[in-house]
Amino acid sequence: MDLAYTPEEEEFRARLREWLAKALPTLPPKPSPQDWPGRRAYDLGWQRMLYDAGYAHVHWDASPTTRLIFLEETETAGAPYVGAGFVGLLHAGPTVAAEGTAEQRERWLPPILRGEEVWCQGFSEPDAGSDLAALRTRARRDGDDYVVTGSKIWTSHAEVADWCELLVRTDPAAPKHRGITWLAMPMSAPGVEVRPLRTLAGSTEFAEVFLDEVRVPVANRVGEENDGWRVTMVTLSFERGTAFVGEVVACRRVLRSVAAEARDNGWWDDPSVRRRLGRLNAEFRALWRLTQWNVSEAEASGGVPGVGGSVFKLRYSHARQELYDVAAEVLGVESLDLERGWVLERLSSLSYTIAAGTSQIQRNIVAERVLGLPKGR
Amino acid sequence: MRFQLTDDQVALRDGVRGLLARRFDGAALRDAVEAPGLDRGLWRELGAAGFFSLRVPEADGGVGLGLPEAVLVFEEAGRVLLPGPLVATHLAAGVVEGAADGEVVVAGVDSGGLVEWLDAADVVRGDASGAVPLTSVDPLTPLHRVPGAGARAVDPVAVLLTAAEQLGTATRACELAVQHARTREQFGQPIGAFQAVKHLCAGMLVRAETARAAVYAAAVTADPVDIAAARLLADEAAERGARDCLQVHGGMGFTWECEVQLLLKRAWVRARRGGGGAESEESLAADLLA
Repeated sequence: MDLAYTPEEEEFRARLREWLAKALPTLPPKPSPQDWPGRRAYDLGWQRMLYDAGYAHVHWDASPTTRLIFLEETETAGAPYVGAGFVGLLHAGPTVAAEGTAEQRERWLPPILRGEEVWCQGFSEPDAGSDLAALRTRARRDGDDYVVTGSKIWTSHAEVADWCELLVRTDPAAPKHRGITWLAMPMSAPGVEVRPLRTLAGSTEFAEVFLDEVRVPVANRVGEENDGWRVTMVTLSFERGTAFVGEVVACRRVLRSVAAEARDNGWWDDPSVRRRLGRLNAEFRALWRLTQWNVSEAEASGGVPGVGGSVFKLRYSHARQELYDVAAEVLGVESLDLERGWVLERLSSLSYTIAAGTSQIQRNIVAERVLGLPKGR
Repeated sequence: MRFQLTDDQVALRDGVRGLLARRFDGAALRDAVEAPGLDRGLWRELGAAGFFSLRVPEADGGVGLGLPEAVLVFEEAGRVLLPGPLVATHLAAGVVEGAADGEVVVAGVDSGGLVEWLDAADVVRGDASGAVPLTSVDPLTPLHRVPGAGARAVDPVAVLLTAAEQLGTATRACELAVQHARTREQFGQPIGAFQAVKHLCAGMLVRAETARAAVYAAAVTADPVDIAAARLLADEAAERGARDCLQVHGGMGFTWECEVQLLLKRAWVRARRGGGGAESEESLAADLLA
């Protein structure tokens, strides 16, 4: 057991740190959350900077430990995260890289890496959430096209996306996992309608996407027809090991600020608040160690993420909510003011036990796949 | 970064697990409950296996290994609920003559004024004068309380080794619960097929694995704040794990015969060591302002 990094890893960290110190001051001002074109330009501009500096591939072919260092250092330095590049860099891109043809890889991957094109994800549907394989958006073959009709929901960045990685049903008669196909749909295609979805935090982070007889070329299919479930699963666990590295670093910083706030406003003198903060410190320290453990495990197994991802997500999503609950206690009445820092974050944290597999689904996964408990009805 | 067990560490863990399976299995645990007392023969065997001299330098006749190895060994001890003042004797190795090879049993007054195995010990470290016997909640851990004690500084190594024992107990609790949930049938199916039971088991694993990362990391860094974190996580994993394990066992879990009660009671005793977790919480809180 060792927590020391190799000389090569330390060198990577030092070079990255040096580059960040020079690059970050040249970033334009951060656009407002409502300014979607501005956010797209900002996020893509950052990706272009990474590309020019040789860091564009880090999410794809760097070792898990290198990725961990990259995410730790960028977050610590206050650099942007992937933003609108999320789906392209962490889901659709890796899927195309693993399952696409040479032509498809050549068409779609370079623009993602250079920060030129944005992808969104058309997986969930109003009636297919946790039970994703129950999706009903229908694609029927018509010559060299699929004709797609249906609707998708929880689609981030749909307003500014060029492409959508879309799961459609191509064989309604087959068992639900076997009739699904993965398509790359141009968002500019006729029949695509995007309606923003307002979250309880008041923002429009997500959209609904309605598809009415949208024609998608068969050439845009990745993998075989009806093999889309497997194609998707190849990369769905892709980023599990390092998915929350930056967030844990950020949470530890927020926790320190909450403690400082408590010291300044007097709550620190309340032992119950102080100890709750102490417990959260233990929690996030442990989550950081668990990340290092999972990353080392992925490294040892040749980059394959283990089941540690579900364990981590269960614990982390709860810890994040507890962090902002404690922050609210420290803020007192101010915790009811949306203008006050941490209040919007508290609202956003409510999605963590739901998004990307609810805590209940994650517990089923842990119980059945790790502990070997029987599936029930 | 290689934050995983090395081959040598896996071999050490498996070796200790094998030794304990031979010398202190489930039947031995039940026998110990019926006839409490320290098994001197076993104690000497532990000594011969290097349990106490593990961290004593080779030049001084010890095994010369470090905290990570000690943590793995104590985790195994915690898994089988090995009785005796293990931590106190381990810490006395190289200091108290005969402790390292298991000839001498050493008890210690901890910073919370708690003494385990006082009457069985040959040597007591700390001032145990005026010690009052308790009717111990754990049938396998005789306890005394020293009134007025409690001002001594906590030894972080003792805290870490206790956390390792708690981790072993938490892991065992999860395994026992899963075993029971797979085999016990009600309403025509194993109770483990019900999500309500499944989720209890998943929660136990999540707590144990989070604690494992914290405990192993603290063993690597030996940093007192890391150790404080490991302690809180491991206490939680053991206490709540044993409780949930008891719940999964239903009525059987409430019986004297069922092993689960012993897990919970030992977890409670260990959680009170060093005056409980409040000091760890305070040091972790102070660290936030550092």
